Order: sequence, then structure tokens, then C-alpha cells
Amino acid sequence: MNASLTLNPLLFEKPEKKATRDGFGEALLELGKKDERVVALTADLGESVRTAAFEKAFPNRFFEVGITEQFMIAAAAGLALEGKVPFATTFANFGTGRVYDFIRQSVCYNQANVKIAVTHAGITLGEDGATHQMLEDLGMMRTLPHMTVVCPCDYLETKKAVFAIAEHVGPSYLRMGRANVPLITTDATPFRMGHANVLREGKDVSIAACGVMVYPALVAAKELEKEHKISAEVVNHHSLKPFDSETLIKSAKKCGAIVTAEEHQRTSGLRAACAEVLTEQYPVPLQYVAVEDTFGESGTPDALLQKYGLTKDNVVKKALAAVKMKK
Amino acid sequence: MDKKKLKELKLKANTLRQDVIKMLLAAGAGHTGGPLGMADVFANLYFNAAQHDAKNPHWDGRDRIVLSNGHICAILYASLAESGYLPKEELATFRKIDSRLQGHPARMDLPGVETSAGSLGQGIGVAVGMAMAAKLDGKEHTVFALMGDGELNEGSCWEAFLNAHKFKLDNLLVMVDRNDIQIDGYGHDVLPLEPLADKFKAFGFDVFQADGNDMGQVVSTTEKALKSKNGRPRVILWKTVMGKGVDFMQNLPKWHGIPPNAEQAAEALKQLQAERADIEAEN
Repeated sequence: MNASLTLNPLLFEKPEKKATRDGFGEALLELGKKDERVVALTADLGESVRTAAFEKAFPNRFFEVGITEQFMIAAAAGLALEGKVPFATTFANFGTGRVYDFIRQSVCYNQANVKIAVTHAGITLGEDGATHQMLEDLGMMRTLPHMTVVCPCDYLETKKAVFAIAEHVGPSYLRMGRANVPLITTDATPFRMGHANVLREGKDVSIAACGVMVYPALVAAKELEKEHKISAEVVNHHSLKPFDSETLIKSAKKCGAIVTAEEHQRTSGLRAACAEVLTEQYPVPLQYVAVEDTFGESGTPDALLQKYGLTKDNVVKKALAAVKMKK
Repeated sequence: MDKKKLKELKLKANTLRQDVIKMLLAAGAGHTGGPLGMADVFANLYFNAAQHDAKNPHWDGRDRIVLSNGHICAILYASLAESGYLPKEELATFRKIDSRLQGHPARMDLPGVETSAGSLGQGIGVAVGMAMAAKLDGKEHTVFALMGDGELNEGSCWEAFLNAHKFKLDNLLVMVDRNDIQIDGYGHDVLPLEPLADKFKAFGFDVFQADGNDMGQVVSTTEKALKSKNGRPRVILWKTVMGKGVDFMQNLPKWHGIPPNAEQAAEALKQLQAERADIEAEN
């Protein structure tokens, strides 16, 4: 493990599990205390998206707009154009697909400083099922000009991401899940938007992961070493846009094969970001772990991760396949 | 308002109409009917009712004039040019490559454009957000939100109205171009809106209605609406004739989205110049 990143020493034993959205709620409150321009909006999901603390502390800076997501995005743009730093919050599906044209025209084309912070992304949303399990959002947001896209791996990284996107001037998308996830980082772990973290150095294959898949990637790397004598690098690409192609290329040159891992459809997300860069600059075998062009379904987060192949076992399998393809 | 000032405003509206025709002819593309229909309302806003400063487009105390039905931007650009935000010669670059005068308004390109608009039902939400910011900061300016009546088909408009009422935005003044025309025909055939005033009342607005092509009514109704500060958002439904000022363009859906050709533009300008002479002759 990369000691310079000061990762969680209990990472492989029993790491504490916390929800990224809890990190968001706490960071938003802290941010609100520091910067009076920060305002928040929610579309009838305040409890779930963890804005309640901010609402209590700053009731006049908090706007409950009811179930009017399209309006929420436009209003956030209006607030931003008037010098506020608005965080528009809802679930990932409502905060991207449902409001896409509003993000496109009123936020991105206006270059309005709107922060779209969504929770409940991905299959780990669980029992609510496919209509709510957003798996296309990273691709949708990545293709928008002027948009910044961040998918933090744990509770602590999320807190840092909130401060980073607040400091960044421009449209931003912060993607969080619902479930409690293992703490990988510590307070001391550096976070810079657009700069991926090499969590574990390796030389035979490199696993590029984001969000919920970073932990299984680390466990897979351990197993690859122990069971297969394969040295796997693990890179946390928390920023989908701007994408750290430099770190990816460096890793590809060192290891000669890449496996991507994301809680997202197999097209348009992290796999696409890597493929775009590699095919142009340094083609290497590229395997992936992602949802295979299907909608999700109801289930527990663990059962769903298992059924849809978003597992440590699948990362191992794809890593072995990638290594085999090396010339 | 005194007769002299009223006459000046009518002349301004006439100037804007002529500029719109010239601009659209030069572009060879664009929307004619809406800009002509709204020339009187825009003349009153830019040259009478709204606080703004062409030399200081980002003056924080300015009234915000937010065009939500962005396709009628020819009248916005004409108003901005006549006000001095840009040279009038630049109007001839409308819709051309590299122009600041994009086919639908682009906020990043032209000072005086408060939000990009084109896809309907969004600018109104942006305007409400701006009004929310003003309320939060205790600022005194008005946010004018210009909309089309076809635009009111879009559900997101009504999301904005619900919230405008919730947040007691009596600094918001919505103006609807009630010309009862949209692309596929007359509004009452395509998607009936009546009773529209009742709908706005039900949504918690103070509602005003007037003839949007009668400058006296435009001036007095705008003034009346601005004075109405009762914790409720305001809306003026302007009954207008789409294509107003050019007889062969008036009240015809086909003139929603086409520019005049050279012959039509020449005839249009002839009629507008005759109208100008009539206004000049008023005492």
C-alpha cells in the first residue's frame, strides 16, 4: 500500500463502514459555516440526502422546492448567477437523467457555478430497484462541456470533495451512494480534484477504480498477490472529469494492462474514460468490471453487487484475463 | 405618463420593430412574429420601467430582465443595442458565425443577456432563482421574467410558479406574451390554456391583463404591477398580436419562426415607416 497516502491501517481487517452521504451532510454544514454564499436546495429528499443539519443551521439559506427537480436545477443556476454557491441535492437518477436539459442549458451552457450533489447512485441503492438505481449518470455528466465529475470512494474522501468542488468555480457533479462503505482513506490522505491516487503500487496489471469499487479492487489486488503471484496496482480515479490521463498512462506503461471497475454501465463511464485515453496514447489490454448493459433490480446491496458482478472475484478474474492478453 | 413621454416610447417601439426586420433580413434566419409583437413591452422595459445601465451591465442594483422564450431574442438584441450595450451595426451579425448575437441568447457571449435560453421552461426557473437570491440578500431590484404563452405548455414553468408563490417572491414580475400562437397553430387548438388568468390566480399570483400593443396600457399596467407588493409574485398577461406592425405578418402561425425575404422586408419597413410618420404627427 502506498504509505505516502496514509490510508486506513485497518483497511483489510475490519474497516469502519460509513455512508458517503453522511460525509456530505457534515461537510456541507462545515462549509456553510465558513462561506455564507453557500446555499442548499432539495426536492423533497432532505432527510435522505443529509441536508437536515444545514437546514437547521441556516434555514433562510436552505430551499425545499418540493418534487420539482427541473425547477431546482434552474433555480440553482439563478442563485449561482447571483453569486451564491448552491448545492442542489436529490437522488442520482432525478439529478441527472430527469433534469438533463436543464443541466445542459441553464447550468453548463451558462457556466453557472452550480454543485449537483446526488446520493443513492448505483445498484447499491438496493431495494427500491431499477427505476431508482442510476447506472448511466457518470457517462451523462462526463460528456457535458464545463462539467466537473467526482465520485468519492468513502466518507472521508467525500468530505474533502465537498470542499474541493465548492472551491472550484464551475458546474460540478458529486456522486454518492446510499450504503455504508469501508473507510479506505484517513484525514491525512491527500485529495486533489483531477488527480488520481495510486493506492497500491504494482507492476503486472493496474486496476483503475472509482467509488464503491475501490475497496473490492484493493481486496482483489491482495488476492492476486497471494494466490497468483501477480503484482497489481490500484488507482483511485475519483475524478471522472477532469480525468487524470497522466496517471493512467504512467500506470499503463508500468504495468502493461488495465482493468477498470465502477458501479456503472459498461459504456460511457470510467471504462470509456480510460479507453479513450489509452487507445489514443498507449494501447494496452483493457478489461472491465461494470454493469453489463442491463437495469438493476430490488435486493440488498450485497446481493446486488454479487448478482451483477461488481465483486472482488470479478476484478481478480478480469485482471488475470488482462495479464494473459499482454504481449 | 405625459403625452410627450408616451410618444417617445411609441417611437422607440417603432425603432425596435424596424431594427428587428433589418436584423432578420441580414441573418436570413430567425423568428419574426414574437419580436414584433413584444416590441411595445420591451420598449417600455428598456426605456422607462426597468432600472439598468448599458455602461454597467453587471451593476448589482439593476433590474434583471430575463428572457425565457429565448427564440424572440431579436427584440432583446434590438433593445440592448438601442440602449447602448452594443453598437447598432452589430445587429447585422445576428446568427452569423462568431457573432455575439447567437440564434438563441447566450449568457457568456453578450452582456445584458441574463441567462441562456432556447429550450423553453427554463429561464423562468432561473429568474425565480434570481428572485430568491435577491430576497435572501434583502435587495430591492425587480426580476422581470419574459415568457411566451406556448412556453406555458412546459410543466417546468408551473414548478417555478408553485415555488415563486411558496417563497413569496413579490420581487418577481412575470410577463407572458399572450399571442395565442405557437408553431403548430393557434394555442387554443394546439393546447388550450384558458382560463389562464384563473390558473395564475390559483397558483397564488397577482394577475394583471392588458393590451400589450397599446403603449398607454403597457406603461400603466407595468407600473401598477410593480407597485403590487403583497408577498405574492406578479404576472402580466399581455394580449398581443404576433407580427404587430406589418399587416401581412399579423396573427399568422407561419410567422413564428421565419425571417422576411428582401421583398417582404422592404414592404414591412415601408409600413413601419408610415406608422412612424403617424406617431410623429401625433400631438
